[in-house]
Amino acid sequence: MAIDWQAFWLTLQLAVTVSAILLLLGLPIAYWIAYSRWNWKFLVEAVVALPIVLPPTVLGFYVLVALGPRSPLGRWWISLTGHTLAFTFSGLVIGSILYSLPFAVQPFAASFASVDRKLLAASATLGASKPRTFLRVIVPLSVPGLITGTALSFAHTMGEFGVVLMVGGNIPGVTRTVSIDIFDRVQASDYAAANQTALLLLAVSFAMLAIVYGLNRKAWVVGPGK
Amino acid sequence: MNESLKAQRSVESGSPPVVPRDDGARAPRIEARFRKRNSSAGPEFTLDVEFSAGTGFTILFGPSGAGKTTLLDCVAGLVTPDAGRISVGEQIWFDAAQRVGLPVAKRHVGYVFQNLALFPHLTVEQNVEYGLAHLPQAMRRKQASAMLQALHIAHLAQSSAREISGGERQRTALARTLVTNPAILLLDEPLAALDAATKAKIIDDLRAWNRTHRIPILYVTHSREEVFALGEQVMMLDAGRIVAQGTPHAVISAPLQETVAQLAGFENIFDALVEAVSPGRGTMTCRVNGDGGPLVLETPLVRGGVGASLRVGIRAGDILLATAPPVGLSARNVIPGRISALEQRDVIVSARVKCRVEMEVHLTLAARDSLQLAPGKEVWLVIKTHSCHLMQQ
Repeated sequence: MAIDWQAFWLTLQLAVTVSAILLLLGLPIAYWIAYSRWNWKFLVEAVVALPIVLPPTVLGFYVLVALGPRSPLGRWWISLTGHTLAFTFSGLVIGSILYSLPFAVQPFAASFASVDRKLLAASATLGASKPRTFLRVIVPLSVPGLITGTALSFAHTMGEFGVVLMVGGNIPGVTRTVSIDIFDRVQASDYAAANQTALLLLAVSFAMLAIVYGLNRKAWVVGPGK
Repeated sequence: MNESLKAQRSVESGSPPVVPRDDGARAPRIEARFRKRNSSAGPEFTLDVEFSAGTGFTILFGPSGAGKTTLLDCVAGLVTPDAGRISVGEQIWFDAAQRVGLPVAKRHVGYVFQNLALFPHLTVEQNVEYGLAHLPQAMRRKQASAMLQALHIAHLAQSSAREISGGERQRTALARTLVTNPAILLLDEPLAALDAATKAKIIDDLRAWNRTHRIPILYVTHSREEVFALGEQVMMLDAGRIVAQGTPHAVISAPLQETVAQLAGFENIFDALVEAVSPGRGTMTCRVNGDGGPLVLETPLVRGGVGASLRVGIRAGDILLATAPPVGLSARNVIPGRISALEQRDVIVSARVKCRVEMEVHLTLAARDSLQLAPGKEVWLVIKTHSCHLMQQ
C-alpha cells in the first residue's frame, strides 16, 4: 500500500476546519489590530506573531498541558464532555488554530490597514455604522488579504507536524495526519511510500498557493484610483 | 441647468416671485466655537475659530495649511476638538464642557472630500445609494436615479467608480452626498483639478441645488473665481484663525494679514504708501521707497485712503522680463532695471533685478538662454496691476 488516504482525508478535514474557524476568528482580531489606538497594542501583536518563531514542540507542549486534566481548561472540558481534549481531533483543531493564527491574522490586518481611511470617513458621514462600514467597505476591499490569509493558514495546517505530534499523538483516523504518516514511513525505512505521500503534500500545497497568487493577480486594487 | 432641478425649484417657488430665504426650523444655522491642537502634522498648529454660518454658501478661503480641512473635519465629527461647542439648529453636535459628542453617522452631514473617497469596488449607482441604506430598495433606486439624472451621470450608473473620468468622479461624489438630504453640506475643494468649463457647469448645478435646499454649506477653496461665483459669505482662514469675514468683495479686496502673504509665498514684499486712489477704475497708486529713490506702482484698490501705509507683495513668477523697452502692453507697471545676479534653481532661474528696489524674478531656462540674460544686463520688468497684492503692515 502506498498512500494512507485516511491520514490524507483527516489532514484535509483538519485544514478546512482550522482555516474556516480562523477566517471567522481572525476578522475581529485583525480589525482590532488594524484600528485600535491602544498604546499597548504591540504586546497583543507580539503574542499573535509568537507561533511564527516558537518551535512547534514548545507550543504543542503548552497546548497539551493546557488541555490536560490538570489545567482548569482541561477540567472544565472533561466536566462538560466526559473526556479529555488531548489526543482528540478537537484538541488538534485547537492546537492548530493557535499555531496558524498569525498566518491568517497578519495578512487580514495588513489589508484592513491599507484601506484608505477617507473611505471609512465617507462611510461614516453617509450614516453607516461601524459594522456596516466593515462589511460594505473594509471586507470587500480586503478580499486579496482574506484569500491570502485563509490559504496560508490552510496550507500551514496541512503541513504541520510538531504541534500535531505533541497534542494529538498518532492515532489512525483521529489524529494521524499526513506529515506524521511521512515521519512514520521514514522511521520504518519505507522511502517509496514516504516519497509518494510527501509528493502528494507538495503538490497540494503548490496547487493551493498557485490558486491564491493566481486569484490575487486579478484587478483587485485596494483604495480609490483607477 | 438641468430639467429636474428646474422643475423642483419652480414647484417650490410657485407663484410668489421671491423664494423664502429661511423659515426657522427648516433653515438651521451652524454655531461653532472650538479649538483643536494638532502636533502630529509638522510644526505645532492650533485651530481656534468661532463662527456662525446660515443657509447658503459660506466660503472658507485661505492658504494651504490654514486649517480649512481640519475645521470641516471637526464639524463633521471626524476630528474631536479639544474644547468648544458646535451646534446646528437646535441640535448640539459637540460640547466639550457637557461631554457631548454626536457620532459622525448620526450628524447627517454631507461631506465631499478633497480626494472624493468614492468606493472603488462599487458602481456609480451603488456609491450613490450607499447613504440611503435606511430606505426600502425601490425608494433607494428611485432617489438615486433622480440624483444621477440631476447631475447628468445617469448613463454611468452601472460603471465602476474606478473607470470614470475626473469630472464624472466629482459629480458622483456630489450625487452620493446630496442624495442623502444632509442637514449641512461640507465641500472640501470639490472642484479642484477640473477644467474651467466643467467647473462652471458643476457650479451651476450646485447653485440650483442650493436654491431648493436651504441648508448651510461650508465650501473650502483656493480659487478666487469660485469665491466670487458661489460666495454669499466668505471666511478667510490663516494659521488656524479666522482673519476676515464678510461678503466676497469686502474680504477679498481688503488688505490681507501679512502672514497670509508669507504663507502664500510672495518673494517680493515692500512697504508702500498710498499716493492716489481711483475708485472709478478700481486701482490706486502706491509709492515704494527704495535705496535708489521712489518706485511708483499701480495696484488694485483696497480700503484705506491716500496716505495709508500698506505692504505690497509680488510673486517672482508673476513678473515678466523684457530686454527692450516694451510698448503696447496692457500691464500698467513697466520698470527699468539691471540684473544684479542670476541663479539656477532646478529648472527655474531666479534673477535679482536692481530697479530702485531689488526684485526677484523667476524665469525658465529657455527664457534665460534666448534673451541671453547675464548680470549687468539692462532689462524692463512688467507687472500687472493685479499681480500687486496689498497687505496690512
